[in-house]
Amino acid sequence: MSQLRPADPLQLSEAIAQCALRRETVELVAGGSKRGYGRPVNAAHRLDLSAFAGIRLYEPEELVLTAGAATELGKIETELAGARQHLAFEPPDWRHLWRSKAAPTLGGAIACNLSGPRRLRDGAARDHHLGFQAVSGRGESFKSGGRVVKNVTGYDLSKLIAGSFGTLAAVTEITVKTVPAPEETATLLLKGLGDSAAQAAMTAALAGPYEVSGAAHLPGERLTLLRLEGHAPSVTARRDALVALLAGFGAIESVDNDTSLVHWRQVRDAMPFANLPEHAIWRVSVAPSAGPPLVAALSPELDFQHFYDWAGGLVWLAVAGSDDGGAAAIRAALPENSGHATLLRAGEALRERVAVFQPLPGALATLSARVKATFDPAGILNPGRMYKDV
Amino acid sequence: MLMPAPDQATIARRRDIATDLRRIVPSEAVIEGETGRRVYESDGLTAYRQPPLLAVLPETTDQVAAILRYCFRHRIKVVPRGAGTSLSGGALPLADGVLLGMAKFNHIREIDLANRCVVAEPGVTNLSISNAVSDAGFFYAPDPSSQIACTIGGNVAENSGGVHCLKYGLTTNNVLGIELVTIEGDIVRLGAKGLDSGGYDLLGVVTGSEGLLGVVTEVTVRILPKPAAARAMLVGFPASEHAGSCVAAIIAAGIIPGGMEMMDKAAINAAEDFVAAGYPRDAGALLIIELDGPPAEIAHLLERVESIARANGADSVRVSSNEAERLLFWAGRKAAFPAVGRISPDYYCVDGTIPRKKLSLVLTRMNELSATIGLRVANVFHAGDGNLHPLILYDANKPGELERAEQLGAEILRLCVAVGGVLTGEHGVGVEKRDLMTTMFSDADLNQQMRLKCAFDAEGLLNPGKVFPQLRRCAELGRLHVHHGETPFPELERF
Repeated sequence: MSQLRPADPLQLSEAIAQCALRRETVELVAGGSKRGYGRPVNAAHRLDLSAFAGIRLYEPEELVLTAGAATELGKIETELAGARQHLAFEPPDWRHLWRSKAAPTLGGAIACNLSGPRRLRDGAARDHHLGFQAVSGRGESFKSGGRVVKNVTGYDLSKLIAGSFGTLAAVTEITVKTVPAPEETATLLLKGLGDSAAQAAMTAALAGPYEVSGAAHLPGERLTLLRLEGHAPSVTARRDALVALLAGFGAIESVDNDTSLVHWRQVRDAMPFANLPEHAIWRVSVAPSAGPPLVAALSPELDFQHFYDWAGGLVWLAVAGSDDGGAAAIRAALPENSGHATLLRAGEALRERVAVFQPLPGALATLSARVKATFDPAGILNPGRMYKDV
Repeated sequence: MLMPAPDQATIARRRDIATDLRRIVPSEAVIEGETGRRVYESDGLTAYRQPPLLAVLPETTDQVAAILRYCFRHRIKVVPRGAGTSLSGGALPLADGVLLGMAKFNHIREIDLANRCVVAEPGVTNLSISNAVSDAGFFYAPDPSSQIACTIGGNVAENSGGVHCLKYGLTTNNVLGIELVTIEGDIVRLGAKGLDSGGYDLLGVVTGSEGLLGVVTEVTVRILPKPAAARAMLVGFPASEHAGSCVAAIIAAGIIPGGMEMMDKAAINAAEDFVAAGYPRDAGALLIIELDGPPAEIAHLLERVESIARANGADSVRVSSNEAERLLFWAGRKAAFPAVGRISPDYYCVDGTIPRKKLSLVLTRMNELSATIGLRVANVFHAGDGNLHPLILYDANKPGELERAEQLGAEILRLCVAVGGVLTGEHGVGVEKRDLMTTMFSDADLNQQMRLKCAFDAEGLLNPGKVFPQLRRCAELGRLHVHHGETPFPELERF
């Protein structure tokens, strides 16, 4: 595998155009921290995008930041914290799952459409991606979107690029919406609930005006977490109201800012699975009420551990000792017409053999393949990263 | 506005096409008579009119699929339509195209409070979704001013906003899933009741695609619990510069209000004449700021916002003391368009977004343009997110005034793009801004968008003549051009 490191967009265009002409495949890498996410890519060239780094524009009062795609997320988060802002989609750090030490980048966060516990209220990376500059698989530079939130000019390609795992274009520059960081965070800890009771408690909390920004349940510790964020007097008022509402669910402890941050980092980064190096790890997205029944359906079939985020709508599974990592059983247990099981971490051989992303029904698979071909007709960008022949 | 030349052969086959469509839907659901077709000749952008070839009103997804399959097979163009409230001509019919009216899809299919979502047919109005879940304490957040009439299907097509999207997001942030019928008649589901489907985010692309990619036959939206309370404040400033810097200071202080609207003097007075909301007539600019949440939060933020406003030169501050007064404060803003309609025979609503800090520059330049072209402008403005709605006052009965109004509108939008903004914040490109797309996008940018269109609709049958200034054939767009010949990668470092 040869290494290419274009220094500017023109060289990047040239490199991709040449590869397209020769039908030579490329693997796109910015920081490289998430190379274990998706199907393995065996490309002729490794295209190193690390030259496209650096914050180009940050205007806190305009809630906007533009940076090179390879800018380290850590640098961006530090810069934002200086103006008491953050990326509201709460990008997780899953490097421990892949045993990676590389620095995660903004481009990687967008390419994988990352989202943390706050997805529940504030959306995923896609919802904060305002615009980008990229080079398509044709070697053409193009842009989409802009630097303002209110924008319906042309198709919203920012959404499409988010979560496309580098299979459509090599993104060089990204504009995201920034958001004021909460002044205060409090977490209610409900203790001793089983999965169904925890789901009922989370549903009750989300049905009222409490602006819950995180709702998770850790069955191992029988711990249910509800997060409240915002201006200090507001957090206090909502916390008190919520404690009263949930009194029937048993013992409730309220923890303050610093303890809250630790808890939510654990949930965000899937730390309950930190010491399961051989397990296949899945993220399963379903309607929130479908979470506990899904787990119940799997119980007799698989050897697994689990926890819930997004009020039950995100089921984390760590599966042991199964030939297919549990793929067939998990996908068979999904409700009809809905639910997406993604194999977040597994060995290369398993990711080669098993569909990492939820297989698409016929018409949708055809449409997705056509969309890919419009950006990358020669099929050279990260081939097979998402689906075997796409 | 130049539309694609109608195909006379298709027009000549009107009767046969109507007969064929009557095999798919009941006879009365196909409208081919002149009078019946005239009903659909225009949408909210009334400057353009064109009766369709015929109109068809299906009521099931299978009928929609059969109609589209038929049109695809016979290469007949299709224009989808919801309530017809588009302000950019998104539903403007074609003389040789079938108008696909979705009005009969007007049922809410499911209210799922446990999963905080509603499944609705596309012809359900925006407001009726909120109304259906109001007693349970929920609401649907995006609230375009036309929410009484506009449909959720149209909201998906246009990615509609509203005064509350600063805090709660646009349509695209509040739609969980759709059922879409392609021009080939395939029925696909994008998203569902869960968050973040795997695979390409086609839901995100179809939202805001202005009816060019497919026909939406079902929409699943997320609903939110209603805030415990809400209060609005009216803040008067000597000039819009002060109001603009106040908005920036509020956001810089980490406060995102539920709504933050600005009106200029002309708009303030027109609204006050119409609604008597108690707006300060002598103010150069007015901010309406709404804070929502628990009463403790509102009290805390009202105090902080007022002190920021005073520091930025506010000379009047009034806080709503009850719900009736809060609604009255909003009534003036919500009625701004009809209020302006009273002081001018016609008005033309422009819709651009700018980086907020460019506001005063844009307003100054807009006043100059207004003076040069000789038409008055009243401004309402979603101040929190930089979305401008200049209302250009004109009289369509005076020869040349409509053209001058359009010219002024185009100049204002070019100005928005020049300062780093965009052509349309929430009304869509449609036919109205189609020919301005090249001020914002290069050929390469537009070609990539048109190629995406080809993936959904290779024959260009869905809503042609909208969004893109130039129609290109998919075969031509699809070719892989490599411009740089055979040079290897001499500039590239190798390791």
